[in-house]
Amino acid sequence: MDQLLFNSDYPYILSTLIFLPLAGALLLLFVQNASFARYWALGVTTLTAIISIPLLTNFDTNSAKFQFVQQSSWVKSLNIQYVIGVDGISILLVMLTTLIMPLCVLASWSYIKTRVQTFMICLLIMETSMLGVFVALDFVLFYILWEAMLIPMYLLIGIWGGPRKIYASIKFFLYTLAGSIMLLVGIIWLYKTNNYSFFIPDMMWKSYSISAQVYIFLAFFLAFAIKVPMFPFHTWLPAAHVEAPTAGSVILASVLLKMGTYGFLRFALPITPEAATIFMPYVLWLSIAGIIYGGFTALAQHDMKKLIAYSSVGHMGFVTLGIFVLNVEGVEGAILQMINHGVTTGALFLCVGMIYERTHSRELRSATGVGKYMPIYVTFLTFFSLSSFGFPGTNSFVGEFLILAGAFKYSTPLALAAIPGAVLAAAYMLRMLQKIVWGGTDNPDQSWLTDLNAREIVTLTPFLFFVFWIGLGPQPFINLMHTSVVNLLDQFHAHQGQAVAAAELIFH
Amino acid sequence: MQFLPELTLLGASLIIFMVSLGKPDSNKMKTIAICLGSAVFAATLVSFNEKGVLFFNSYKVDLYSQVFKALIATSFLIVLILGQKLKSIKNSVHPEYYLFMFVSVLGLMMLVSSVELLAIFIALELSSFAVYIMVPMRDESGNYRFQMEAGIKYLLFGVTATGFMLFGMSYMFGLTGSTQLSVVMVQLSQMYTQPAAIIAIMMVLAGFFYKLALFPFHFWVPDVYEGASNETTAFIASVPKLAAVALLIRIVSMVNGEGQTIVTILMVCAVLSMFYGNLSALVQTDIKRMLGFSGIAHAGFVLLGLLTFQLSGYANSIYYIIGYVVMNLACFLVICSISKNGENVQISDLSGLHKRAPILAVTMAVALFALAGIPPFVGFMGKFMLLAGALKQGYLLLVILAAINTAIAIFYYLSVVRITFCSDPDNNNSITNGFFTNATSILLVFIIVIMGVIPQRFIDFATLAVQSIK
Repeated sequence: MDQLLFNSDYPYILSTLIFLPLAGALLLLFVQNASFARYWALGVTTLTAIISIPLLTNFDTNSAKFQFVQQSSWVKSLNIQYVIGVDGISILLVMLTTLIMPLCVLASWSYIKTRVQTFMICLLIMETSMLGVFVALDFVLFYILWEAMLIPMYLLIGIWGGPRKIYASIKFFLYTLAGSIMLLVGIIWLYKTNNYSFFIPDMMWKSYSISAQVYIFLAFFLAFAIKVPMFPFHTWLPAAHVEAPTAGSVILASVLLKMGTYGFLRFALPITPEAATIFMPYVLWLSIAGIIYGGFTALAQHDMKKLIAYSSVGHMGFVTLGIFVLNVEGVEGAILQMINHGVTTGALFLCVGMIYERTHSRELRSATGVGKYMPIYVTFLTFFSLSSFGFPGTNSFVGEFLILAGAFKYSTPLALAAIPGAVLAAAYMLRMLQKIVWGGTDNPDQSWLTDLNAREIVTLTPFLFFVFWIGLGPQPFINLMHTSVVNLLDQFHAHQGQAVAAAELIFH
Repeated sequence: MQFLPELTLLGASLIIFMVSLGKPDSNKMKTIAICLGSAVFAATLVSFNEKGVLFFNSYKVDLYSQVFKALIATSFLIVLILGQKLKSIKNSVHPEYYLFMFVSVLGLMMLVSSVELLAIFIALELSSFAVYIMVPMRDESGNYRFQMEAGIKYLLFGVTATGFMLFGMSYMFGLTGSTQLSVVMVQLSQMYTQPAAIIAIMMVLAGFFYKLALFPFHFWVPDVYEGASNETTAFIASVPKLAAVALLIRIVSMVNGEGQTIVTILMVCAVLSMFYGNLSALVQTDIKRMLGFSGIAHAGFVLLGLLTFQLSGYANSIYYIIGYVVMNLACFLVICSISKNGENVQISDLSGLHKRAPILAVTMAVALFALAGIPPFVGFMGKFMLLAGALKQGYLLLVILAAINTAIAIFYYLSVVRITFCSDPDNNNSITNGFFTNATSILLVFIIVIMGVIPQRFIDFATLAVQSIK
C-alpha cells in the first residue's frame, strides 16, 4: 500500500463529496416542489464545491501518491474494496466537476420547466457518479460508477431533450454500454492475473505478456475512445449534444468526455505500457484525423450546438494527441487541455442555451445580429470563442501550445499535420462569432431580445475567470499535476524498452 | 416442526377447498388467500433452523432447503399481493385458482427437500400439474382463446420433459442400483467416461431445464407467458424457478467437476439460451413475451454459476436467481397494476407511466435497469460475480459471449424504460393502487438496490446454505 497517502486532517473528504449529492437526491425524492428543488440542488452542489476546496489547499504537490485516501472492505468474497483517492492527474478533474455543477443548476433555473424535481435528482446523481469515477481506486467501484452514470444521463437527454431526444439518448446509452462491455471482461482478467485483487495501483506496471496487453489495451481503447470520443467512434456525440438540455450538454462536454482521456492516463498507460507503445502511432494519427475531421465538419454546421459538438471532437483529438506523444509537455498539455475544454466548451454550450431560451432555435441563421441588442452576451461569447480556438492569453492557448510542443518533440510531421486543425478552429469559431455579433444585411428582427439577467451573468463569470487565469498564469495548475505526470512517464519509459523490440518484431 | 411449512400449505389448501364449496365473494377469498400465504411464510420462518431426515431418507430438511422454502414462501406471498384482484380469472373459480396455486407451492417446497429420485418426481409433478390447470383458467371475456393453446403447450412440453427425466432416472437406477441421490451421484461420478452416465445426468437435468426455461427446453415460454393471465405468469416466472435452481444445485453439487463433457454441454446450453432469449426479445411488442424471452437469457446466466462446479459458483447462482425473481416480480407488479381488466399489456401501453403512476414507473425503470445488468442494482452484481467466477475457471470465451449478451439485452430493456419515462401519456387513465401494492413495490425496489450495493451478506448466506447440502 505504498502508493497511498492518508490525510489525517480530512479522512472522509472524498466520501463526503461523493455521498453528499446522493443524499441530497434521496431527500429530494420526498419533496414535490419545483422551486424548492431548484434551491435545494443549488445548495447541495454549492456545498459540495465548498467542501472540495481543502483538496486543493492540502494537496501535496511533491508526491505522486494517491492522497486523501479512504479504504475499507466492501465485498469480501471477491476482494472488492471501497478505496478512493486523488493524485495529480485526477485532482483537477474532481475540482472541475464540483465547481461546474452549481453552474449547471443555475443554467437550468428557467430552462427546465417540467419535472424539475426529477431533473435535479438526475443532476445530483450524476455528480455522485462522476466524482466517484475520478477518485475510485478499485476497478469494480470504478466500473459500477462508470456504468451507473448512464442512467441519469440517459434520462437527462431522453426526458428534457430536443425533438430527436429518443434517438440521441438511446444511441448514447448503447454506444457507451457496448463499448465498456469488454472493459468488464478485461477487468476480470486483470483480477484473476493479479492474485484476485481489484486494487488499481496493484495492476499497474506489471509485465503482462505482450499478447495479453494487446487484448486488454484494445478493450480499454474501445471503452475510452467511445467516451472521448475519438474519430471514428464520435457519431453519438453530436446527436447527444444537440438534443440534450443545456445542463446536460455542459456536463457531457465538460466532464463526461474527460472520462475517456482520464481512462487512457489512469489505466491504458500504466496497465498496458507495452501495448500502448505498439498502438501509439495509430492512436496518434486517429487523433489527427479527429482534429481535422472535427474542424471541417464544424465549419459546415448551421446548428450552433452541432458546431460546438464537432469542435469538441477536434479539441479532444488534441487531448489524445497530447497523451500519446508520451512526453511531459504533451501529457501536461493534455490534462490542462481537458480542463480548458471543460471550461470553454461548457461556457459555449451555456451561451447557446441562453440564446435558445430566448429564440427557441439553435439555428445560426435565427441568431444573427444579436450583438446590437445583447452586448453583455456577445462580450462573453467573444471571449469564449477566442478561447476555443486558442487565442494567446486564453486558457486553450497554453494547453494547445504545450501539446504541440510535445508533438514537435516526438515527430515533426505529426505536429505539422495537427496545425491545420488549429487554423480550422479559428475559422469556424470566427464564422460563428461574426454571424452572431453582426450578421449580415438580412438579420431577423432581434430587437425584442433581452440581454443577460443577473443569474446568467453569475453563471458565466466563473468560466471567464478561469479562461483568463489559466491563460495568463497556468503555473499553479501545472504544479498540481507535474509530479504525477513525471512519475507516470518515468515508469512508462522504464517499461517501454521491451515493447519497442516487440513492435519491431511485428512490423518489420 | 420439520414438516411445518408443508403441513401449513396442506392445511391451507384444505381450508380453501372447504371455502370453495360455498360461494365466497372474491374479496373475501382474496383476504383468506393472503392470510394463508402469510401463515405459510410465518411457518417457513418458524422452521428455519430445523434439521433432519424424513420419510426413509428421501426427504432432507437442512439449512439449504429451509432457505429456499422461505424464499419460495416470500415470492409466493408477493405474487398473491400483486395479483390480488385476479382481474382475468372468472369470479366463480377464484377459490379453485387459489387452491391450485397453494398445491403447486406445496409441490415446489417438497421439491427443494427431496433427495430421492421418486420423491423428486412426485414433487415436481405435483407442482406442475397444478400449474397446467391454472394456465387455461383465464376467462374468455376478451374473446381470446390463446390461454387454451398455452395450456396445451405447457402440458405437452411439460410431459415430454418429464418423460426425459423419468427415462434418465431409470438409467441412473440401472447404473447404480439405488434411487438415493447421494448414492446415485457418488457412484455416477466414477463412471464419467461412460456415455450412459452422461445421458442419465443430462436427461434428469432436462426436467429442471424445462422449469427454468433453458434452451433447448424453452419452447413453451413465450406462448405460455402470453396466454396465461398476468397473475399466473407472475407465478410461473418466479416461484418455480427458485425451486428448479435449488434442485439443480443439489444434483450438480454432488457431481464432481471432472466430467468435462457435462461442462461443455452446460456451456453450450448457457450460451444458446442467452443468445436465443436476447435476440428474440429484441422484437417483442407484448411485454410478457419480452419478459419470457429475457427469462430464457437469464436462465443461461444462472447456468454460468453451476458449470463452475465450485461452492462459490453455486452461491453466485443462488444470489442471481433471488435477484432475478425480485426484479421479475417488480415488473409483474407493474404489469398487473396497469392491466385494467386483466388483458395483456403491450409495451406501448406503458407510455407516460411516469405521470399516471410515478411509483410504478420508478419500480419498472429500476427493475428493467437491474435486469439489464446496470449497476448499482442487483442484476449487475449478480452478473459480475457469475462472470468473475467463470473466468476464474478459465472459461474466457464463455465470459466474452455472456458479456456481449449483456450489451444486446440493454436495447429492449431500454426501449421499455424510454416509453415509461420519456413519452407523454396517450391516455390519461391514472392508475390507483392500494397501499399494500405500493408498499410492496417500494419494498421490491429497496431489495433490488440493497442486494446490489451490499451483496456480501447475501453471498455469505448463500454459501452457508450450499455448504449445508453435504
